[in-house]
Amino acid sequence: MEVPMAFLVAIFFAVSIYLFLSKHIIRILLGAAILSNAVNLLIFTSGRLTREIPPILSADGPVEGVLTANPLPQALILTAIVIAFSFFAFLLVLAYRAYQELDTDDTEEMRFAEPEEQKLPPLGY
Amino acid sequence: MDAYMPSTTLFVLLLPFIAALFAPALTRLFRHNAAWLLAIVPVVIFWHFATFLPEVSNGEVVTGGYQWIPAFRVNFSWLVDGLSLTFALLISGIGILIVLYSGGYLKGHEHLGRFFSFILMFMGSMLGLVMSDSFLMFFVFWELTSITSFLLIGFDHKREASRRAALQALVVTGGGGLFLLAGLLLIWNVTGISEMSLLLRSHGVLADSPFYVAIFILVLGGAFTKSAQFPLHFWLPNAMEAPTPVSAYLHSATMVKAGVYLLMRLNPVLGGTAAWETVLPIFGGATLIVGTLLAVRQTDLKLMLAYTTVSSLGLLVMLTGFGNEKAVEAAVLYLVAHSMFKGALFMVAGGIDHEAGSRDITRLGGLMSAMPITFAAAFASAFSMAGLPPFFGFLAKEEIYAGLWQPGAWPLFLTLVAIVGNGLMFVIGFAVALKPFLGEKPQGLRDAHDGPVLLWLGPAVLAVASLLTALFSGLTHRLISIPMATAVEGEPVSVYISLIPHIGMPLLLSGITIAFGIVAYRNLERMRAAMAAALAAIGWGPDRGFDQFIRGTVRLSFAVTRVIQTGRMEFYMKVTFLLLIVAILVPMVLFDELPAMPRWPQDISLYEASIMAIAAVGLIAVLYARDRLTAIVSLGIQGFAVALLFMLFGAPDLSFTQFMVETLSVVILALAMTRLRLTPTDHRPVGKLVGDMAISIAGAGAFLLLLLKVIQLPFDLTLPEFFTQYSLSIAHGRNIVNVILVDFRGTDTWGEIAVVMVAGLAILSLIRISVRSSARIAANDPTEEERR
Repeated sequence: MEVPMAFLVAIFFAVSIYLFLSKHIIRILLGAAILSNAVNLLIFTSGRLTREIPPILSADGPVEGVLTANPLPQALILTAIVIAFSFFAFLLVLAYRAYQELDTDDTEEMRFAEPEEQKLPPLGY
Repeated sequence: MDAYMPSTTLFVLLLPFIAALFAPALTRLFRHNAAWLLAIVPVVIFWHFATFLPEVSNGEVVTGGYQWIPAFRVNFSWLVDGLSLTFALLISGIGILIVLYSGGYLKGHEHLGRFFSFILMFMGSMLGLVMSDSFLMFFVFWELTSITSFLLIGFDHKREASRRAALQALVVTGGGGLFLLAGLLLIWNVTGISEMSLLLRSHGVLADSPFYVAIFILVLGGAFTKSAQFPLHFWLPNAMEAPTPVSAYLHSATMVKAGVYLLMRLNPVLGGTAAWETVLPIFGGATLIVGTLLAVRQTDLKLMLAYTTVSSLGLLVMLTGFGNEKAVEAAVLYLVAHSMFKGALFMVAGGIDHEAGSRDITRLGGLMSAMPITFAAAFASAFSMAGLPPFFGFLAKEEIYAGLWQPGAWPLFLTLVAIVGNGLMFVIGFAVALKPFLGEKPQGLRDAHDGPVLLWLGPAVLAVASLLTALFSGLTHRLISIPMATAVEGEPVSVYISLIPHIGMPLLLSGITIAFGIVAYRNLERMRAAMAAALAAIGWGPDRGFDQFIRGTVRLSFAVTRVIQTGRMEFYMKVTFLLLIVAILVPMVLFDELPAMPRWPQDISLYEASIMAIAAVGLIAVLYARDRLTAIVSLGIQGFAVALLFMLFGAPDLSFTQFMVETLSVVILALAMTRLRLTPTDHRPVGKLVGDMAISIAGAGAFLLLLLKVIQLPFDLTLPEFFTQYSLSIAHGRNIVNVILVDFRGTDTWGEIAVVMVAGLAILSLIRISVRSSARIAANDPTEEERR
């Protein structure tokens, strides 16, 4: 089951990278959202897939012979989803405010911090 | 460590730094008279180290210290032998005079407190440097002297020349410090020894090591930069931008001798080889000649003295490397003599400058009757510098010739070098001591007189010391010269030289030197003109080379920045992803770690396949969306598909979270982005389209191969089994994922909450600060201020 999942993960990565290479901030945002899914699925699949049985114990502890899903990647991914979401929200607001100030979402035109014509720094001491 | 001393030595080593803390406050209270109080610090140090004299003159070596990092066998330890003791006495003894002199020289300066603080910190660093037994401590103090010297040279930081000189000194000596660090680490590695005192007992280990040449070069890199050997001498004369007390202290008597100290310290273990006895005299001799010639060129008292300091350092290096006992003794005597006469002459130069308002010998004259005490001190020190009796310099010069006068062409050549160098130093010494005082007083020169006691005390004491040490040469040798020469030579030596001259070759060579000096003195003006013409003809020097180097570095870094930091987001993204792909694929191919051909599973069910297909369709739809709203909705489709996948493979917690997060993402994205007037489609020119697609497919391929390889490797179940085993028994929870989050990895979750909070705060402030004007943005520009 991991093999088809690996191919799905590859599609996630391809789309995400392609969006990241866009000049428009909004596409980059979409790319960021997809990238977090791509990475989460990558971790999930690396921890091997087990169908339907969640890592929840019976009241007496682990039951011999029943293979549950791997809990470790799930814990990692749970953290990752939340952080990715807050990061995404921050980026979104940042892009929104940048548009308000600069009237563009085209990264080529956002040259405020690194202007096209940079002067040589002073050569004195 | 042989014996632990009571910690007074530790206290004494730290005392200057403690005093540096209080210096500004004291100066605020007592103004320049704080000098009298602060001079107690070097007095205490001098007194403390003087108590070691009886032991050390009996040939004992005292070590002590504390363990610092025992795991790495790093100690905070010190070593008192003839060499370090002499240096400590010079540093603290001259330090007393310099602190007092500073009070007089910088009287009324608004930053006098800061100055005292710096000079005390320097004193502490220099003292630590010569006292250090452990390599690490030695290196730390070595760099501290560079840093404090930077602060002192740049004391007058409002002038560009000061800033340049300070930076130059820091770059040269700090760069040399790196060489030294590498050298010390290499010695540590080769011998397993990290303490000077143990290293000195390991005869022959270093000289026979295959790394000898590397160690030799690295140590010389440290010593030659610090002690201003040609062609790295240029920073020292420039350091004369510092106030005169600094020049007198750092750049004649103490810091610049740190390099010589290092060579002398390591002479028993690194010396005696052909490399040592060739390279040191060559560089030393060249520095001696170049230094004196450049000194002749100058008319500024301080610069003349600075260049002769360069040449004196050259002479010391030459003698240290010459390789016989007498030469080492000569180096020891000359070092002591030089500290006394050069410190005095610098203070005299400062006194003249302070009182008469000029340091240019062509504009000075006739000050003898106005400044009798200063003149007497200058005249006596010039005698010592010229190597004339009855001063200590005479003993040093006799010993130099006794050491150098050996059969063979090489010693003969070095003797000639020494005669020329000493002769020219004779000239400069008397030029400094006589020209400002004799002759007619030029028009327009201020009315000068012997200033306050703080200004003339230093030179007078040092001049008297030059005389007394020579008169009582037996005592001087027993307490200072013999223990120090023994430490440098590595075996017991004896020094007899006294003021009573022995008829022989050294005396004859002295005579030749003096005759040459007198002739040269009479032709000083002509020589100066000739040197000026010669230097103008050459036109380039290491000093200009330094400027070119610094400017070149700025230009290079600017050019590099332009290339790697284009300001184009797209470029950064491309580079980032390409590097990522390379980082995954190259090791995989190089180490033959590519995955085997995967087997397609047979048991894939219809609903699994269809959810995966929905995810893929959602993804493709994001790409092909005609407008933003469609793109955003398609984003939601792939997100929900991912949530379903989590559900199918036993991760309900993930699934719920993912549903919530995806819903929220789509909603806020739609709210924010549909309000803006943006270009609806993501149009890319054909060339860019092809390039972007190639990168995305390569990236996807890299991750595909990586993941396939991972799932083909045997799976390590240690951690999942651990969590399954213990989540109920020790954490009392049945949902293992939750237990991991809140218990086993609770701190991580804490960090996660912090991240969410910070993101929330950042978002809030971004929204609240809504200043809608381009003028406010422009005000952020640092260059704006200047333009206005």
